[in-house]
Amino acid sequence: MSTVTNAMSTGSANRVLRFDQVQRFAHWANAALFTVLILTAIPLYFGSFFGIVLARHTVEQVHLWSGLSLPIPLLVSYVGPWGRRMRRDIRRFNYWTRDEVRWIRTLGKSGLQADKFNPGQKLNALFIAASIVVMLLTGSMLQWFRFFSVSQREGATFVHDSLALAVVMVIVGHLAMAFTHVDALRSMFTGTVGERWARIHAPAWLAELDREGAAGSDDDSSTRER
Amino acid sequence: MSTLPEPKKPVGRRVFIGMVAVGALGVAIGGEVQNFLGNAFGSGLGGILPGGDRFRFYSITGSNPKVSRRKYRLEVSGLVERPMTFTLDDLEAMPSTTFKKTFQCVTGWKVPDVEWRGVQLSHILNLVGVQPEAVALSFESYDKADTESLTIDQAHLPDVIVAYQMLGAPVTTEHGGPVRLYVAPMFGYKSLKWLSAIRVVNQVIPGYWEQNGYPTNGWLDGTTGPTNPNPNLT
Repeated sequence: MSTVTNAMSTGSANRVLRFDQVQRFAHWANAALFTVLILTAIPLYFGSFFGIVLARHTVEQVHLWSGLSLPIPLLVSYVGPWGRRMRRDIRRFNYWTRDEVRWIRTLGKSGLQADKFNPGQKLNALFIAASIVVMLLTGSMLQWFRFFSVSQREGATFVHDSLALAVVMVIVGHLAMAFTHVDALRSMFTGTVGERWARIHAPAWLAELDREGAAGSDDDSSTRER
Repeated sequence: MSTLPEPKKPVGRRVFIGMVAVGALGVAIGGEVQNFLGNAFGSGLGGILPGGDRFRFYSITGSNPKVSRRKYRLEVSGLVERPMTFTLDDLEAMPSTTFKKTFQCVTGWKVPDVEWRGVQLSHILNLVGVQPEAVALSFESYDKADTESLTIDQAHLPDVIVAYQMLGAPVTTEHGGPVRLYVAPMFGYKSLKWLSAIRVVNQVIPGYWEQNGYPTNGWLDGTTGPTNPNPNLT
């Protein structure tokens, strides 16, 4: 708290906290689980495609348990006193301005004072969140298939497989964006972005922080650190 | 630059709920969509599409037993008049039956119109002569782990075969070749791969998948009784 500064009155060397430790934990735990799920899905989906049949039962168990644990990092980081910032960012994913909707409709061509997350990033987060729910439910149907009709099992297989493909494509896109926006990527390790970065990529967010800083909100004054 | 917040709408919630709803719809009609796509584009594209008409391979042991054509033997023993051992040539010399049938897995994937060729199990049972006290068959696999069972009555169904051709070619190692069981009216797990031995026994001995919770009588219509009067199954 002693290092709290006002963005507008200080130099561009200032760092702005983008993700706190809880959020970084949630992101990387989630990323690790998705990685394990995708890697174990390959032999499960393609079978003896590679000419080797792996110990299927083991691979299956790893896939199952990673899948069942998938919602845990996000839920743990959302609830509890440590989840304040997480909850706040999830509200950002939910509430959209008219400009943001227009920005998506015009595929990014309309002008926008971007929030902490631009509409593309918001869609990415929503897509992953909904995918977790759908994959978990359809995956559970495939695991505990006895309770469902054959036609429902077929539908669940269809959705699980199709959505898996879509998730992989979205993650590839996400990685491509991360590696072409190194400052943003770095903030998922260190937590902070430079103020200059925020002014370019998230001006509405920076303005919001300044309003809150000026209002002396103890909530977001702690957003700043040197 | 405007600093006053604009009116905001819960677009995110709608996107999220919409996606979950599409997922639920996909579960409800996904099977039909898949059939439609398979019919519209043929099995070529159907085989590539996610969830499409393709086999998924399950291995209990982690490796596929490789048995050459020359070394293959099917041993039939137990409560029989004449225990016999057949080579692949022996099986191929017997009267054969050929038919197309959808391969349906109990977990929901299927491959339509798979062509099968082999010997009716009833023919083999007639050759060895089943003793009157026999109740069931116990099947063994070259993978030394998988086992299966059928009652004598089930074994006499016309589309229960010892298959040596599948998809118009000799059964591949992945598919359980050179010789596998194919129990057409039941889910795929009943069709034991790499068939090595048939023992005629006086009680039903649940197989590997049954010991892991699958029904012993896994009829495709979902019933689990020892007999099934549904004429559409066979």
